[in-house]
Amino acid sequence: MPAALRDSLLAGLVAAALALPMLGVRLVDSATGLSLAGRFDLVAWAAGLVFGGRLLLRLIPPLPAMPVLPAGFGNLRPAAGWAMAAFAVLLPFLPFADRNVVDKATLVLIYIMLGWGLNIVVGLAGLLDLGFVAFYAVGAYSYALLSQSFGLSFWVCLPLAGVLSASFGLLLGFPVLRLRGDYIAIVTMGLGEIVRVILQNWQELTGGPNGISGIERPSLFGLSFKAVPPEGQRSFAEFFGLDYSGDHRVIFLYFLILILALATNLFTLRIRRLPVGRAWEALREDEIACRSLGINPTTVKLSAFGIGAMFAGFAGSFFATRQGFISPESFTFMESAVILAIVVLGGMGSQIGIVLAALLLVGLPEWFRELQQYRMLAFGGAMVLIMLWKPAGLLSHREPTIRLDGQP
Amino acid sequence: MLKVEGLHSGYGRIRALHGVDLEVRQGEIVALVGANGAGKTTLLMTICGNPRASAGKVWLAGEDITGLATHHIIRRGLAHCPEGRRIFPRMTVLENLQMGAATGDPAHFDQDLERVLELFPRLKERLHQRGGTLSGGEQQMLAIGRALMSRPKVLLLDEPSLGLAPLVVRQIFEIIAAINRDQGVTVFLVEQNAFHALKLAHRGHVMVNGRITLSGSGADLLANPEIRAHYLDGGAS
Repeated sequence: MPAALRDSLLAGLVAAALALPMLGVRLVDSATGLSLAGRFDLVAWAAGLVFGGRLLLRLIPPLPAMPVLPAGFGNLRPAAGWAMAAFAVLLPFLPFADRNVVDKATLVLIYIMLGWGLNIVVGLAGLLDLGFVAFYAVGAYSYALLSQSFGLSFWVCLPLAGVLSASFGLLLGFPVLRLRGDYIAIVTMGLGEIVRVILQNWQELTGGPNGISGIERPSLFGLSFKAVPPEGQRSFAEFFGLDYSGDHRVIFLYFLILILALATNLFTLRIRRLPVGRAWEALREDEIACRSLGINPTTVKLSAFGIGAMFAGFAGSFFATRQGFISPESFTFMESAVILAIVVLGGMGSQIGIVLAALLLVGLPEWFRELQQYRMLAFGGAMVLIMLWKPAGLLSHREPTIRLDGQP
Repeated sequence: MLKVEGLHSGYGRIRALHGVDLEVRQGEIVALVGANGAGKTTLLMTICGNPRASAGKVWLAGEDITGLATHHIIRRGLAHCPEGRRIFPRMTVLENLQMGAATGDPAHFDQDLERVLELFPRLKERLHQRGGTLSGGEQQMLAIGRALMSRPKVLLLDEPSLGLAPLVVRQIFEIIAAINRDQGVTVFLVEQNAFHALKLAHRGHVMVNGRITLSGSGADLLANPEIRAHYLDGGAS
């Protein structure tokens, strides 16, 4: 008991010392010039809060450990995945789903897709990539420029953007090949910034900081979502005999990203069972062992980089067509950090974990915009809490890729 | 089967091997013993192409493999079971074995799996367990089994007794003998545990400071008073 008290007093003192310069003084602008005014009540509050909180933490017995899930729970995982997919399909038709909800869900889905793409690089192949947003940017600019310069439609540009991003991934993969762990993170971070700076400064091609606006919106098999369809096209509403509504396009975009994201997921689930996918995971576990088994780490790493980049490219061109406007500001380092946080919080390699983490990291801050400046505080706090509570991520269980018949 | 001639190698400016000559004939077990830092592991790694040899030649089944990239060397029929086991801890035993067959013909997989599981019944019980949850001895069995999945002409073993209890060490060596006897796999074994290694081996070599100083049959080397003094007396058995 006295130990707890002493410990809490110490914490309170530290808090007071920190709060004194940070909260305790304030610049006051008066007629005679600037002067300092004390706000010692705030300091007292901060010290008191820390003291009380620390004491509570010491006195309350430690939280009970996470309940161990029953043995059959692992079998629920595919079911949970199907339930989530079904919910995602039905979402736009549910009574509470207005335009706003569908729009936010679209944003979350973009990050889920980016998370699934990065998961191939970080979660499966174990290459810590802090510049993933570069490929997202390449995809977005590919579509915007191809569409504006050559008048190509979204559906032609989508695969092209994927190919361009993938080749970019291979290109950026080369300097990373000889590096390991933390060094990869630093180099990819630098490469990501280089891409952004180029986009910002190559005025003639990318429009520089002004970005590219008026990007063509996608059509559904030639059916336009505009109120007045362009020459030679029919509008979606007209074709299906509906009244024109702006919501149609929002819902269409939602389904488009849902299909793209699910395709990414399906691809990852399949490739994990193929030799390439298994080699990625083995490389994450132990590179030397991989070499001793005759695996060429160069091709394995490059394939992970290229394929991850391809999905970022798809997501990027979707982003461009949804926004109708892109600028380098959308592709800052913060984006890379958020996508990486989604993968790590989700539990490296877990597909469902990434969905949960994306909902948490992108969905919640969007829904709680009313909290304004406290939003980022809550965001940071949530990240710290998750890492304390589940250091390996929300769902860190790894599903084996192969089982023999008749075995549990 | 595996022949090394005048091999020099090292890491950067540090030279670790100073002209090593050695031959492993078809169907043999050859042991290389020596103290810490003698260059035993470096020899195995240089045979596998990493680090590259600075001088000398390595032949596998009559083919010059000096200077080839590691994955090309391994695909020519060498299996390297690295020091410290290095299994894939988060992958299951079955997945580990599958990785061993990564360079082989997929049509052989079932047959090879059955052969390895027959050799290591313990692995069969633990097929769907994660590699990291196995005991040290089981991990060593998994590492050897994984190396065997590629149907190697020569199996290179780097310190299979490392960190294992004496009883488990004996088991592992019995299995190595069985692999050689029943399956005809040629084995090149690097060991600090000179007693077990030389007892098992048809022929042995002693390495000191990057050179081979003594060679002979396993039994001869075991009887050699110099070796007894340096590597055996003091309870190495």
